[in-house]
Amino acid sequence: MSDTKTNSLVERLAARFGDKLTVSVSHGAVTAVVEAANLLAVATALRDEAGFRFSELVDLCGVDYLGYGQTEWDTTDVSGNGFSRGVEGEALGRFTWADRPREVSIPNRYASVFHLLSIELNQRLRVRVFCADNDLPVVPSLTGIWPGVNWFERESFDLFGIIYEGHPDLRRILTDYGFVGHPFRKDFPLIGNVEVRYDPEQKRVIYEPVSIEPRVLVPRVIRDDADLMQAKAEAADHWREN
Amino acid sequence: MSAQEIRNYTMNFGPQHPAAHGVLRLVLEMDGETVVRADPHIGLLHRGTEKLAESKPFNQSIGYMDRLDYVSMMCNEHAYVRAIETLLGIEAPLRAQYIRTMFDEITRILNHLMWVGSNALDLGAMAVFLYAFREREELMDCYEAVSGARMHATYYRPGGVYRDLPGKMSQYRESPWHKGKDLKRLNAWREGSMLDFLDAFTADFSKKVDEYEELLTENRIWKQRTVGIGVVSPEMAQQWGMTGVMLRGSGIAWDLRKKQPYAKYADVDFDIPVGVNGDCYDRYLVRIEEMRQSNRIIKQCADWLRANPGPVMVENFKVAPPRREAMKEDMEALIHHFKLFTEGYGVPAGETYCAVEAPKGEFGCYLVSDGANKPFRVHLRAPGFAHLSSMDVLVRGHMLADAVAVIGTYDLVFGEVDR
Repeated sequence: MSDTKTNSLVERLAARFGDKLTVSVSHGAVTAVVEAANLLAVATALRDEAGFRFSELVDLCGVDYLGYGQTEWDTTDVSGNGFSRGVEGEALGRFTWADRPREVSIPNRYASVFHLLSIELNQRLRVRVFCADNDLPVVPSLTGIWPGVNWFERESFDLFGIIYEGHPDLRRILTDYGFVGHPFRKDFPLIGNVEVRYDPEQKRVIYEPVSIEPRVLVPRVIRDDADLMQAKAEAADHWREN
Repeated sequence: MSAQEIRNYTMNFGPQHPAAHGVLRLVLEMDGETVVRADPHIGLLHRGTEKLAESKPFNQSIGYMDRLDYVSMMCNEHAYVRAIETLLGIEAPLRAQYIRTMFDEITRILNHLMWVGSNALDLGAMAVFLYAFREREELMDCYEAVSGARMHATYYRPGGVYRDLPGKMSQYRESPWHKGKDLKRLNAWREGSMLDFLDAFTADFSKKVDEYEELLTENRIWKQRTVGIGVVSPEMAQQWGMTGVMLRGSGIAWDLRKKQPYAKYADVDFDIPVGVNGDCYDRYLVRIEEMRQSNRIIKQCADWLRANPGPVMVENFKVAPPRREAMKEDMEALIHHFKLFTEGYGVPAGETYCAVEAPKGEFGCYLVSDGANKPFRVHLRAPGFAHLSSMDVLVRGHMLADAVAVIGTYDLVFGEVDR
């Protein structure tokens, strides 16, 4: 979207919804954060009212903010002990089921994020709803407003355990029948919990605890992005006019 | 005789049914031959691509994108790569953007050929499949020429494409299957560069599309199977989050290539075909016309690329590897190379949603970065997932055989539906 279009959408959102929405702009896209209690009223208005006309909900997904900004690479207290000594912490799925982080208390851990598209006005909007309760994340379902959100909410429920209140058929969708847990949560190990194989003696498929070891290939690193900025500036001189 | 009790019965369609296009398990509640309720069970091909991507540096997940919708590989890469580029604030050089435009369209033709072939096969026409695969083979050779792989190319990279177009096409060697006149014909197009090959292909391709149309467009059986089947109204299409051909078949002229142009779509000339009735037949016509339009775009891109040599990757060595020769002499280049291929690059914290007009509809990538060298969260918006969710509404009241036509018209690939 062009800047003028983005800005006019921001103004219209602010004028219509006031402090019900927290609106921000990044990378040319508008993001609105709304409270779960106001969600349905806001969503209906976004779909129907002139100036918004978001007739399509293109995407909805869950996000688990546990471990946001956390790294595994800490070199402050490391001397010459080599690569692996620097790897600390167990971020993002690199642990077994038994060792998964259990004491987690961050505010607003789960969010449900959806992307709206207006075909009539050719504009997009991202809306984020945080779940108030980390133990039982609940968000109102949008199925009454955009029926196509049905499976997206089922997916988010399946993978993150976010409960969409009012959903007509909140079943698991992508994981196996009888699956336990919500695999895309950050405290769910990447290697999973169980593995499955055919047992020739019992003559059936059996489930067993996973036998593989979680390991790190490339540690998760957050660097000062000053060097990136410098490289970008250099690149800009070179190729932008080309 | 006492009155017979008639009940609806439930049947399983798939996951091993050839018309289920892979691994769809469709639980159908039937009243005789009529579908009363359809409940698609998906996820049999769920590989957790999004979670895997969280555990790897950004570049290592490009290859996973190919394996999502494995008949439109480069379009998936394009969405992911664009999302990274947006957060990094870099832009691919002009030539790379033309190459991407061209390969997106090659991919579109590949996808639609697969679709027209397999959908016709589902509905009882064998020959189209064989015709379509003949041309697919030619285009697969283009994939192979630039990336070394026929399908899973990993060709697009943040900052451009991996390397420039090759100066020559590989040729067929004589074998018991390719010899004599046949061999000569196959190699006639492959004498020159890849662009020469594409010139020959585009000059010839519209005749090939005529051949498919000859087999289907006026075919009585084809029309009986598709006209008036699976009618999607414009309102329904929007409610159910449909994009791409599913939307255009219902008469809504919405195409991201025109409406929210990316790469070089704003600079090439092409038309957007739309349907009228929103049935399977109209969507077939739209896809056929899209192949012709893609052909036009490929031709324009090939002409531009021939006339304008230049870099295909940004010179930002935090993101793109330095040249091989430079690495032999330049310490700095060696360090950049080592850092890039071990640690990767950090992407500034932020979030973005980047979509491309993939052959099946809007393929989007929602990327959240916290500044690390790995994505914090990747969500891939697959068009097939949204389309299939409307199955129950669309197929209700149709006959069982029409359910096959509807699955076909969605153009489903379970790699992307299940992710």
